[in-house]
Amino acid sequence: MDIRIANVRKEFGVFPALHGVSLDIKSGELIALLGPSGSGKTTLLRLIAGLEQPTEGEIYFGNENASYKSVRERNVGFVFQHYALFKHMTVAENIGFGLRVRPRSTRPSRREISKRASELLDLVQLSGLEKRFPAQLSGGQRQRIALARALAIEPRVLLLDEPFGALDAKVRKELRRWLREIHEKTGHTTVFVTHDQEEALELADRVVVMSQGRIEQIGTADEIYDTPASPFVFSFIGESSVLPVNVESGKVWLDERPLDLPAGGMPNGPARLFMRPHDVEVVEGGPGAIPGVVSLIRRHGGSRRVDLEVGARRDRIEIELPADFNRGTSSRIAVRPRRWRLYPAEA
Amino acid sequence: MTRAIFPALKRPSAIPGFGLALGFTLTYLSLIVLIPLAALVLRSAALGPAEFWQLVTSPRTLNALRVSFVCSLIAASINVVFGFVMAWVLVRYRFPGRRFVDAVVDLPFALPTAVAGIALTALYSRNGWIGSLIEPNGIRIAYTQAGIVVALTFIGLPFAVRTVQPVLEDIRRDLEEAAATLGASRAQTFLRVILPALVPAILTGFALALARAIGEYGSVIFIAGGRRDTEFAPLLIITRLEEFNYSAATAIGVAMLVISFIILLTINLIQAWSRRRFGSG
Repeated sequence: MDIRIANVRKEFGVFPALHGVSLDIKSGELIALLGPSGSGKTTLLRLIAGLEQPTEGEIYFGNENASYKSVRERNVGFVFQHYALFKHMTVAENIGFGLRVRPRSTRPSRREISKRASELLDLVQLSGLEKRFPAQLSGGQRQRIALARALAIEPRVLLLDEPFGALDAKVRKELRRWLREIHEKTGHTTVFVTHDQEEALELADRVVVMSQGRIEQIGTADEIYDTPASPFVFSFIGESSVLPVNVESGKVWLDERPLDLPAGGMPNGPARLFMRPHDVEVVEGGPGAIPGVVSLIRRHGGSRRVDLEVGARRDRIEIELPADFNRGTSSRIAVRPRRWRLYPAEA
Repeated sequence: MTRAIFPALKRPSAIPGFGLALGFTLTYLSLIVLIPLAALVLRSAALGPAEFWQLVTSPRTLNALRVSFVCSLIAASINVVFGFVMAWVLVRYRFPGRRFVDAVVDLPFALPTAVAGIALTALYSRNGWIGSLIEPNGIRIAYTQAGIVVALTFIGLPFAVRTVQPVLEDIRRDLEEAAATLGASRAQTFLRVILPALVPAILTGFALALARAIGEYGSVIFIAGGRRDTEFAPLLIITRLEEFNYSAATAIGVAMLVISFIILLTINLIQAWSRRRFGSG
């Protein structure tokens, strides 16, 4: 089921949660909505589900305008961060709930419902737990049951709100792989919300990066990581350092020192130079490099992280160096970014 | 000591003092509850079984017990329904004066029950605000069993509201949203998702309101009005006491005690069952 979100605005009272967001989701795609808290990602998901009504704009399911349909009519599968299982029902009753509440004319027989519940338990790899109550299950198991329950109604789209947010790191990783497998098996159009970039980049076909009620960038993991569309995306995704610089006559200047970096089409004036720790290399001084004083060295897995104080304001940048880097703190080195991006300074 | 007496109960625990705490609990319960009740039972035992049975099954006693228990059950049932509605409104809606309404719920606790009884009687009697409106239509509340129910409903209301309210507050909104995304109507969501989670709390409220109503004297005495058909058990006990017929008074007391205990035990068992069924809630 294709989903099209066209210029959707949402205000809660006078507080704007989404400013005219547009997004096209292709049938069978796995999409991540990624952003810090307050970015509007959950609001967007709830608008798709029909748990909130848009202030302006439209949401299409295929060719059908679903904007004013109720949650019940939209037939979406929704998985909540805190599972939202019905604790007085067994696992099988939970999964069958969506079928049992159907009007008599479309309701499957009891036997079919329990058969369907067992099939879905097989799918989520929890066969044999039909008779258990949610309180008797672990967090990871509960979230799988919640997904099985959402799938039971054969939803047109599957929506997950921070599905792994309440689980510990190890279970999260397992479930991430498992969700990808389920997605490939069932082929549902799936949208999930997360604030965990690793989860978004690893799991999704396309990632929608959001900030302050706007979409900053839509793209594959590679596009988001390698060509961030905005300073926000650059600093939000992965690690980065920022250096205030000046652009003048096509060159980048740090204080009074010209750097060996082409400014591209940047207009003259103050700018920000973004780079990632592992995209910076040490060079033998020379013109165009960034000189600095080592202020902190720490071990970071198989490499070393070095904080460098740079320029007159002693701005700090973080660089990644091989573990055999043997200079001490206070020593002077010069570095040059292999990859970088320039953005205009904040107004 | 406790290890020897309760080998099965004693489990290693991070919190020490099980023996001391249990000892204190039993001593306290004995002093405050069990010894007075035992005295009551002993006193009535002086009667001898035949005489006791005759006293308890005399028509007047039976009528008083029936009035007490039937009116209390009706009042507790009314309170459960309307207390639930009040708890729902207080938890689910934000409206001006909500805090005020919330505070008013507790007033029946604070008011001396005799004052409540006089106020209710004044309201519902022939010349009262409400009585003067309904009596011409042939409905009498004051000095009837209906009046007793009104008074018992008044004093039991806080229990029904206050037991359901916190549990309702704890019910997460996402449960209802989950039911809605799965296609359940509002009625289905309420009956199949919310209500079952509240059953233990509703039963607690019912039990407390009932227990309070059965023992109630002060607020009922005025509105019942001393007629034979509205003579309720605590009133009959007082009447017997005033006649210096202590044995008869204690016999009725013991009968009430036994019936109350059976009712409360039953409610407790239903609750234990529903707790098991509905998980920790």
